[in-house]
Amino acid sequence: MAKKTIRTIPQERTPIPVQAPAKRARNFLEVSLGYRVEDALNESERCLMCPEAACTLGCPVAIDIPGFIQKIIEKDYRGAYDVIGQSNLLPAICGRVCPQEDQCEGVCPVGDTLEPVAIGRLERWIGDLAIEKGWATRPHIEPNGFRVGIVGSGPAGIACAADMAKAGCDVTIYEAFHKPGGVLRYGIPQFRLPDAVIDAEIDNLTKLGVRIECNTLVGRLFTIEQMIDELGYHTVFIGTGAGSPRFMDIPGEFLNGVLSANELLTRCNLMHAGEFPTYDTPLHLGRKVAVIGAGNTAMDAMRMSLRLGAEKVYCIYRRTKAESPARAEEIEHAEEEGVDFHWLTAPVEILGDENGNTRGMRCVRMELGEPDDSGRRRPVVIDGSEYDFDVDMVVFAIGTSANPIIGHTSKIALNERGFIGVDETLATSMAGVYAGGDIVTGGATVILAMGAGRKAARAMRDYLGIRDSAVVYGDADDHDDVALFGMRPTEKNFVRLQLT
Amino acid sequence: MGQNSELEHNEKNKPGSGTRPESGAQTFKIVAREDFSDTTFLLEILHPMLARAARPGQFVIVMPSEVGERIPLTLADFDREAGTITLVIQATGKTTKDMQQNLAVGSSFFSVVGPMGAPSDIRDQRKVICVGGGLGVAPVFPQARAFKEKGAYVIGVVGFRSQSMAFWQAKFENVCDEFLICTDDGSAGLKGLVTEGIKLAIAKHSDIDEVVAIGPPIMMQACAETTRPHAIKTTVSLNPIMVDGTGMCGGCRVKVGDRMKFACVDGPDFDGHAVDFNDLVNRLHRFADEEKAAMAKWSETCRARV
Repeated sequence: MAKKTIRTIPQERTPIPVQAPAKRARNFLEVSLGYRVEDALNESERCLMCPEAACTLGCPVAIDIPGFIQKIIEKDYRGAYDVIGQSNLLPAICGRVCPQEDQCEGVCPVGDTLEPVAIGRLERWIGDLAIEKGWATRPHIEPNGFRVGIVGSGPAGIACAADMAKAGCDVTIYEAFHKPGGVLRYGIPQFRLPDAVIDAEIDNLTKLGVRIECNTLVGRLFTIEQMIDELGYHTVFIGTGAGSPRFMDIPGEFLNGVLSANELLTRCNLMHAGEFPTYDTPLHLGRKVAVIGAGNTAMDAMRMSLRLGAEKVYCIYRRTKAESPARAEEIEHAEEEGVDFHWLTAPVEILGDENGNTRGMRCVRMELGEPDDSGRRRPVVIDGSEYDFDVDMVVFAIGTSANPIIGHTSKIALNERGFIGVDETLATSMAGVYAGGDIVTGGATVILAMGAGRKAARAMRDYLGIRDSAVVYGDADDHDDVALFGMRPTEKNFVRLQLT
Repeated sequence: MGQNSELEHNEKNKPGSGTRPESGAQTFKIVAREDFSDTTFLLEILHPMLARAARPGQFVIVMPSEVGERIPLTLADFDREAGTITLVIQATGKTTKDMQQNLAVGSSFFSVVGPMGAPSDIRDQRKVICVGGGLGVAPVFPQARAFKEKGAYVIGVVGFRSQSMAFWQAKFENVCDEFLICTDDGSAGLKGLVTEGIKLAIAKHSDIDEVVAIGPPIMMQACAETTRPHAIKTTVSLNPIMVDGTGMCGGCRVKVGDRMKFACVDGPDFDGHAVDFNDLVNRLHRFADEEKAAMAKWSETCRARV
């Protein structure tokens, strides 16, 4: 077969079937329906199979992207799943929620001339197929007797747990909520990430032997110190998420009808407030909802409000669309569904009625000035631009600060912003205790949290003295003759050393 | 944290290294129940780890069933020997009435998580008044006991609408150096509100270090106003509407000294003289319509069942 070039591949990026905006804005079903086989095969042909795959380097967990696309082309779908499974336990989730345009797809050379290869959509397709067929990556696991405790069952904890379980450790994850999944469960709505997908991916984790203990608030039920001293964990990973919603300290924030995006989303996603009174948790939804912020969480809050029946949903953001931190696809979907975007607008006060309920919002117009420390142009208030408009619900989606529970209950050193301090291996100030994800970086993305979980897992294996044969001896397939102390690198040499 | 001495309290619940922690068997079984009146009842739940970790002033969040709400309830007691925690519940809304009807000894909660919140600040106070109003009588008990164990002189003041609603008098008398019961109708003890009891105690003792008041917001506010002229430190325990109880949703934000605090992680105990009670009361009503609707639907299905 002739080598593919930019001229010979299909020129158009294969579109993904989606529910029509008018229809989906009023239901909770997933917006994007996913590729069909023919879509996936067509899109796979667009990959140039670059030898130095930029996409793999652009991926926080370094998935062998050309590798799995090649398997799709060969119609070895199970093989494609196994290639992804080496780096990523949750393809169905990451295919849906990763900001691919800033990662793999952002560096895809095809994107220099045409639209980049739709790597995320292909990954999702393989992930969904695996769930449908019941595939799971179940490597041969040799128990090594080490016990690993993980705090938080969100993406960082899940990724760390999977790697430690594969290395042979006995892994337990603790979750404060009554259902596992962390932000995947309480934060990301059904129409973007269905519960069934989370359940299936978590099921894969338990198949690796990982135990998940819900209803356990670490720090309060027992401390990190107790996990090591009393519960017998040899190493601990903290992946609790950032989770303390920020408000703006403007008048009116205590009014009824004002809430954080976290509260709105948790009530709806985890507690099913949309199905009140079948489910007991209520949500007092406004008719006109203003969401402050333009990140992914803000988009989720707006689109959730529409689906719950809000007549009008506004997005209030002090910069422009170009500076918005949300995934491109999410903004696009929100626009299609009818969200009214007020770019270059900032709230100065939330107005209440005599009963303490929200009746409106006072905003000012902004313009972009000189670039600030983040390199983005700083928004400046336009004098005399103040105006009021009617809303009866205001949702803050302007990010999170550090959750204080672990900091209050352990001696682990925090950084100046209150997040957990770590070194370059993600080790905290306490021996054997590692941390990663939003509780270290502040609010970020699912895939970055997963990347942090995996990075910590590498350091935790080093800490425990679990030798990674690929690292110690190089890749086994390339070096048939490598043998140290009479042991072949592919053997579980660590375990053998212990036995002899 | 200085908790280690207390943690050795119950050796048999201490998981040795290499053995699995006991939280694995998550059943949250109800092992005892007592009905104080036709609205107030007590449940004792088996949860050895929680009983071992609990401190006065902390709360738990319970879910009666998978479709239930998450309800924050301040711990009324905990027994490290027996491995149980005690909750006193007032059947006022749909979920609590449902719990009153259906939770018998032997049945289980779907979920119990905790202890949550910062423990009460029990240091070297020499003389304290522990005030409980109505349902708040239950959660003030662990504090009264802890103060007593620390060697403080404890004055207990509890208030009920009438004698028929009263509970735990003997329990309080055990840990209090002085104990006073107030009833609205005078059917027991002093006729009047708990604030009358506080005034009496303050008149008698000039050296009170702290007043701890737990009960409905209006009662806590009244207690704070009673002590304000005397500049006696007054701690109140706030129970606003919560979802997660871990500081994640901000639904429980309260205004304390014009600053925003999250009751679930910064509290639930706050300086009663700094709390904005009007704001608290307003925010407690934010689901009034939904509560009414749920109650109406529940009563309907109940009638249908009969």
